[in-house]
This record gives sequence, structure tokens and C-alpha cells, in this order.
Amino acid sequence: MNENRMRYKKNQQMIVVVLLLTLLTYLSSVITDFNILHGLATLPEAFIWIFSNLVITDESLERMPTILDKLLETILMSIAATTTATILSLFLGVMGSKSVGTSKGLGILARFIASLSRNIPVVAWALILLLSFGQNSLTGYLALFVGSVGFLTRAFIEVIDESSQSAVEALQATGATYIQIIMKAVIPECLPQMISWILFMIETNIRNATLVGILTGTGIGYTFDLYYKTLNYHGVALVTVSIVVAVILIELLSNHVRKVIL
Amino acid sequence: MQATTHIKRRSDGRISIKSGNQVQLVMQLTILLLTVLTIIAFLFFDYTGLDIQQAIQETAYNLRVMFLEPALSHFGWGEAFYQVSITLGLAFLSTILGAILSFFLALTAATNLTNEWITKIVRVFLAFIRAVPTVLWVLIFAIAAGLGSEAAVLGMLFHSIAYLVKAYSEAFEEVDKGIIEALRATGAGWWHIVVHAILPSTFTYLMSWTFLRFEINFAVAVAMGAAAGAGGIGFEMFMASSFYFDLREVGMITYMILVLAIVLEIISTLLKNRYFPASMKN
Repeated sequence: MNENRMRYKKNQQMIVVVLLLTLLTYLSSVITDFNILHGLATLPEAFIWIFSNLVITDESLERMPTILDKLLETILMSIAATTTATILSLFLGVMGSKSVGTSKGLGILARFIASLSRNIPVVAWALILLLSFGQNSLTGYLALFVGSVGFLTRAFIEVIDESSQSAVEALQATGATYIQIIMKAVIPECLPQMISWILFMIETNIRNATLVGILTGTGIGYTFDLYYKTLNYHGVALVTVSIVVAVILIELLSNHVRKVIL
Repeated sequence: MQATTHIKRRSDGRISIKSGNQVQLVMQLTILLLTVLTIIAFLFFDYTGLDIQQAIQETAYNLRVMFLEPALSHFGWGEAFYQVSITLGLAFLSTILGAILSFFLALTAATNLTNEWITKIVRVFLAFIRAVPTVLWVLIFAIAAGLGSEAAVLGMLFHSIAYLVKAYSEAFEEVDKGIIEALRATGAGWWHIVVHAILPSTFTYLMSWTFLRFEINFAVAVAMGAAAGAGGIGFEMFMASSFYFDLREVGMITYMILVLAIVLEIISTLLKNRYFPASMKN
């Protein structure tokens, strides 16, 4: 094709994409009643408000023990949800992988379970579980658990499929049983990658735990919600800062582990 | 893995035959630590008012009602689609605005385009934004700017930017050094390099990352509706379960979200397979 014509066609495509995006933006702002200019105009005001009201005072520092207690609960909840989800995901991951999976039917089943638990929003799980489990640490834990299973299974399937097949073949040649192959070749081969995903999941879960906490009335999310609704903005500031510190510390720690093992 | 690429020696010059030791040790420690923390977690949990057997039975019953007898009762189909489109709209707005802002920020965050100091400042700033959960941003903006789509979009925008800048700047950094140098040699300015070298060679990556973020933003928008009252289908879901205790409606809403989420996931997988070579995985 002639170069000029190609360029012309490319430009035309570009224009169509840009027009389409502009139209969609306009439509969405009409539907959601969002005014970009107004939104941007409130931004400086919002920041001024944040810096003048969201300050930590001595009075709010007195609540520190309660907040730390709840923060610890949230962190433990996220870790427990991730590690227990890992056990289930490991089975589902092996089942669903193309290279070491046992049968096609089981593979599809594993992928289906993963897709379902990943795509039903955490909010839905939290709300359903709240109805029967009540305002309880276990509710938050289970909501996080379900989401983690979906995500980790998908990650594990990819990791297993990507890891080198030579070890599996070598073991097969020696007449190793299926369990032996999984335990001695697949898992050791994929372990660093898997740990990396587990750490990532813990980080994600700590962030999600706040959301789940607001919905189910558990952990740090509940504390935040309580201060928020009673207009105790100094409390809100303290909770936010402690979450930020916790998240950053855990991220640094897991980045360090990742650097060593990968 | 570094252990296999070169021979490690101990301080006395002997070849260390346990060269993979540190990696092994760290992995074992990590697993041990996580196991211990999990056990502690279960001991530490607050189980007040929990009857586990009854709770499991009830959940099973609730799930059955939800998924097998879905129905809308408090609003009709038209309203439902309207609410879904609000959620989609919120997701779309925060993605597109985020993408535009992220593009410029990512230019300052890429090490091959700007000096080290600016890169570091931008990254620390983004790390802070990322550390605050989205729902807290939305709620904080809601008190500062008033509850509504503005607070929701701004709150979601923050996280979209934090995510996209990281993805974009990594894509920019992978651009071939030779191209940039060649352009520089011809006397091209910074903007010329961006427009004629960086943008064309990373455009498809940027598009698929943006779509990936749109998929995430949809889920986030649902959650924001429920937790921060940002409107849309998430808010309806919250009302249906926490105010009306209408599980059938929750089920119907869940199905709607599920269908949309799966459609978005399929599109993004297609985009990913087409534009991401195997080497570039998130």
C-alpha cells in the first residue's frame, strides 16, 4: 500500500477513536451528572479543607490503642484470608493448568470457579455474608477469602503454565507418580512466583479490607466509618494515616522479599 | 535466579554447594511467618454472636435464594439499566480523565525522559496516593466537596492515576534507547521525542493498560456505590441488601454486574493477547 494512503487511513482511524471517546465522555458526564470544570474547581477547595480539618490532635491520639487494635485485626484478617485462599487456589491452579491438569472437565470447572469468585464483586460477598454471619471478624475474612481464591487461582494457573516443563518431563521419565511430580517439580519451580503473588494479594487485601470493613462493620474500616459518621475528623485523619503507614510498611517488606526470591 | 548463573564462593574461597541458601531461607521464613500469623489471626478474631453452623446454613439458603430466584422488585428494568450505566459512566470518566493526566505525569516519572529527582518525587507522591484505599479518598472528598459524582470520580481518579502512571512509565522506559538518541542527534526537542518516538511505539500498550484499568474501575465503581453512596448499581445493591433485605433483588443485581464484568474481562483478555507479548506481564 502507498505510504501516504496508509498514513491517511491511520489518521482517519485516530480521529474516529478520539471522536468516539469524546462522545462517550460527554455521555457519561451527562448520565452521572458530573461536571468536569466544577469537579476541578472544587479540587483546591477540597485540599484546603483536607489540610485544615484532617489534622491529628492530642485528643485523637488518645484513641491510638483502639485504632492500632483494629488495624492489627485488619492486617491479620487479610493475611489469614490470603494464606487459606492459597491452599484452595493451589488445588484449583493445578487442576486448571493446561500443562499438568488432570482432565479437561476439571480444568474448565476450576477456571469457572475462579472467574465466578473474581467477578462477583467483593461488595456482594460482604453484603450476603453480613446477613447470616453478622457483624463479625469472620464475615470480613470470608469476603476477602472468596475474592482472593478467584485472583490467586488465575495467577497460579498462569505461573504453572509458564514454568519450565523440562523438570516435569524428566520426572515423568523416571516413572514418578502424579503427586510426586506436583510436589517435587511443579511446586518448587513455581514457588518464588507464587510467593510473590501471595504477597501482592496480602497488600491488595489490606486495602480491600477497609472497604469490606465499612460494609460489614469489622476492623479498621468500621473504626473509620464510626469517626466519619460522628463527624470526628481528627479521628478520621488518624485512622487514614495509620492505614497509610501500615500499607507502605507492608509494601516495603514484601518488595524486599520479592527482590531476594525472584 | 542468581544462584544458578555463577558460582558462589565462601569467604575462605571454597565453592559453596548450598548456593541457593538465601533464597530458600527467605522463602521458608516467609511461609513460616505467614502460617504463624494465620494461626494467630484465627485465635485473635472476635467471634461474638456467631453460631457457625447456623451461619453456614443461612448462607447456603441465602445463596440459593439469591442465585436461583433472582427478581427485581423495588425498581424496573429501565431503572436498572440506568443505574448500571451510571456505574459504567463513573468508571469511564475516572478512566479517561485518569489516562489523560497519567500520560503527562508518566512522562515525568519515566527515568529515560526526566531527571532522577523529579522521577523520585513523583513516585513517592504516587506511593502515598496508592496507600490510601480508594473508598477513603472518595469519602474524604465527599466531606470536602459534597457527596455526588464529583467526589466519586475524583476519588477513583486518584487511584487510576497511581496505577496508570506506573504502567505507562514502565512502557516508556522500555522504548529503545537508540530511537531517542537518534532523534536527539538530529536536534529534536523533548516534545518531538515524546510525540514521534515515545507515543507511537507505546501507544498500543497504553491503550490496553487503560482498558485493563477500566475493567478495574468498573468493579471499584460498584464498590464505591455501596460503601460511599456514590450512586449507580452498587448503591442499589447496598439498599437491596441492607435496607430491604431483598435477596432476590441482590441476586438480580449480582447477575447484571457479573455479566458486564465478564464481558469486560473477555475484551481485555483479547486486547492483552493481541498487544502484550509474552514478556510483558503485569
